[in-house]
Amino acid sequence: MLFDLAFIWAGLIAFAVMTYVILDGFDLGIGILFPFAKSEADRDLMMNSVAPVWDGNETWLVLGGGGLFAVFPLAYAVIMPALYIPITVMLLALVFRGVSFEYRWRVQNKGVWDIAFFGGSFLAALCQGIALGALVQGIEVTDRAYSGGWFDWLSPFSILTGVAVVIGYALLGATWIVLKTENDIQVQMRKWSWWLGAATLVLIGIISIVTPLLDPVYFDRWFNLPGSLWTMVVPLLMLGLIWKFFTGLNDQRDLQPFLCALGFFVVSFIGIGVSFYPMMVPPTLTIWDVAAPDSSLAFALVGAVILIPIILAYTAYAYWVFRGKMDPSEGYH
Amino acid sequence: MLDGFSAETLARVQFAFTVSFHIIFPAFSIGLASFLAVLNALYLKTRDETYLTLFTYWKKIFAVAFGMGVVSGIVMSYQFGTNWSVFSDRAGPIVGPLMAYEVLSAFFLEAGFLGIMLFGRERVGEKLHMFATAMVAFGTLMSATWILSVNSWMQTPAGYSINDVGQFVPEDWWQIVFNPSFPYRLVHMVLAAFLTTSLVVGAVGALHLLRDKTDREARRMFSMAMWMAAIVTPLQIFAGDLHGLNTLEHQPAKVMAMEGHYESHPHGAPLILFGIPNPEERRIDYAIEIPYASSLILRHQWDAPLDGLDTIPDDEEPPVAIVFFSFRVMVGLGFAMLGLGMWSLWARWKGTIFTSPRLHRAAILMGPSGFVAVLAGWITTEVGRQPYTVYGMLRTSESLAPVDAPAVAASLIAFIVVYFAVFGAGTFYILRMMNKRPATPKLGLRDGPIRTAGITPAPQIDTDFIPRA
Repeated sequence: MLFDLAFIWAGLIAFAVMTYVILDGFDLGIGILFPFAKSEADRDLMMNSVAPVWDGNETWLVLGGGGLFAVFPLAYAVIMPALYIPITVMLLALVFRGVSFEYRWRVQNKGVWDIAFFGGSFLAALCQGIALGALVQGIEVTDRAYSGGWFDWLSPFSILTGVAVVIGYALLGATWIVLKTENDIQVQMRKWSWWLGAATLVLIGIISIVTPLLDPVYFDRWFNLPGSLWTMVVPLLMLGLIWKFFTGLNDQRDLQPFLCALGFFVVSFIGIGVSFYPMMVPPTLTIWDVAAPDSSLAFALVGAVILIPIILAYTAYAYWVFRGKMDPSEGYH
Repeated sequence: MLDGFSAETLARVQFAFTVSFHIIFPAFSIGLASFLAVLNALYLKTRDETYLTLFTYWKKIFAVAFGMGVVSGIVMSYQFGTNWSVFSDRAGPIVGPLMAYEVLSAFFLEAGFLGIMLFGRERVGEKLHMFATAMVAFGTLMSATWILSVNSWMQTPAGYSINDVGQFVPEDWWQIVFNPSFPYRLVHMVLAAFLTTSLVVGAVGALHLLRDKTDREARRMFSMAMWMAAIVTPLQIFAGDLHGLNTLEHQPAKVMAMEGHYESHPHGAPLILFGIPNPEERRIDYAIEIPYASSLILRHQWDAPLDGLDTIPDDEEPPVAIVFFSFRVMVGLGFAMLGLGMWSLWARWKGTIFTSPRLHRAAILMGPSGFVAVLAGWITTEVGRQPYTVYGMLRTSESLAPVDAPAVAASLIAFIVVYFAVFGAGTFYILRMMNKRPATPKLGLRDGPIRTAGITPAPQIDTDFIPRA
């Protein structure tokens, strides 16, 4: 049966991870761009543009991890030990980054926490990319447990995906600042968006070419008739977004580049979905292999169906409350 | 550095370390969120600016504590998988959905409305701001509810069966959520959080009263905190007693370790007030005992028989010394809190509550006691659950992830270094904010009142640091 509980939950977890990337991506990207701001006032502005929403954004990461634990416990039990080092580094990096939002205002010399904010954001993004690459490469499983070594996650491919996520998040951050600010910093970030956008697209291109070559299974998903007719929609969508992205920057539009940059991530994410399905932990475990019993899936689904729309509604409301250009004089500290 | 320790020991130390750090922040923020909601509501009702000043003051402290809670909490949600993957696989179908409910119903509520509570009074208007503040408080309580349900299920599992691959499979969610120890543990922890917060608020109020007896905000918060301490402590001792009786019913070995009863007492067991457990000889050295009192407390009959650890197989025994001492620390502090609460009632009746330096010094001394008691209580119940993760069903040694000892050791050292640095700094900033009067316009050091431009490296003098007569 196709539309069973495990399938629905795979969709929901994918949705949570994608929402995390959409929401926290620009927020980490701002951290990555932090050292390149021209003045302390610019840095204050950049940080304040995400201060009211960052903890909500990171909660989607908890839902991604907690949700995996809840509905695909075996996947959680296999992936976490396999990615022990990148996950641990990511968590520690998020600690540094998260507390910088408050600590930065409590000291005379912001320098230390500026570095913590940049370093934490950069490392968290890098580790997320590496984790993604390591998962795409495949994880060795024997007898319901991870059976590879500590450094299996480290490969040229995972480094490539790591760098791609860092650059991509920086792009999201830059276009977010274009949306939220005016004057000098906006001009600077618009210029940066151009280069970051080009770099992101080149990296997405390389990864898209390499992935089908990693494993013949991935190759088949993309290049077999009549399936290819569907999968070709993905690159076509991408082309449309690329057009809109660069014309948006040229016409000095505020919102369009940000939305297109998010679009790059969404389309890439769909692309990964095409490669993966129906695997949860490639190359051996499918969605159904790792799913919890139906009684667990159903119980958790009730909560998800009721609460996720409510969460989306008040998240949207919070963004609406803090909409518009930043006022440099505002802040509660 | 950590050679010679097994991966299991290191993983246990790592979990104990990260979860102990984590619990400190919720223990404070659960109570503080409710306190903030009350302050804001009282301000809206009375329009007394004192409440608004206090709200703004504690709000900033809350933001720092909450930030630390969020980041240390993210670590927890991944720690189950990275270090305890077999537990995650086996218990995931039951524990996982409860934690998912915690994330969905609580974390998002707190995080979503926190921004509005901190930044949004002008933007959304007072009514919606009040609603957001209340939602943050409600979210912290929901979070406590779900996580205590999970923990209680691990202590007193119910409503499950075991499938062919060895996973715990839910049979009856009602029994799982409302497992036998859940109501007691929930009440005990929520009261502990309220008490911890009231002791912190009381200590900060007392500090500023010592400097200036006329400080309006300090008087208001000290009075509120001492009412809370005087009312909640007796309730907490009562709830703790009920919780203990529930533990005796479901986890007798834990109570034996708490009581230090190595031997069975067929004709009434003594209450050991203090002593030093001697695990080799299986007795308590230097014990100070009250005859028959343990039977009286636990069985409500002075000569009722009580079994000791001699009835439990050795490989099912929890480590006695840790449980024995941590339990005494918790109870001892509980009675000290009761003493403070009663003293404050006496001073209130005598009219000296705002003028008695001795009471204020005692309140400052008791400021951190809530945190210590919470940690001691959790150590008692968690170590007392050993050697199991799911009590009686899944051993800790069988729950471990296939990660080698050096990797666990490296991550443990990283966690220790980072946590002490980061949360040490956070605690320092919180203490520095607390050291300033509530009426200080801006607590952030950099945007504080105008300072002399710093050419000299000498520390800047802040008038708030000098005690006033």
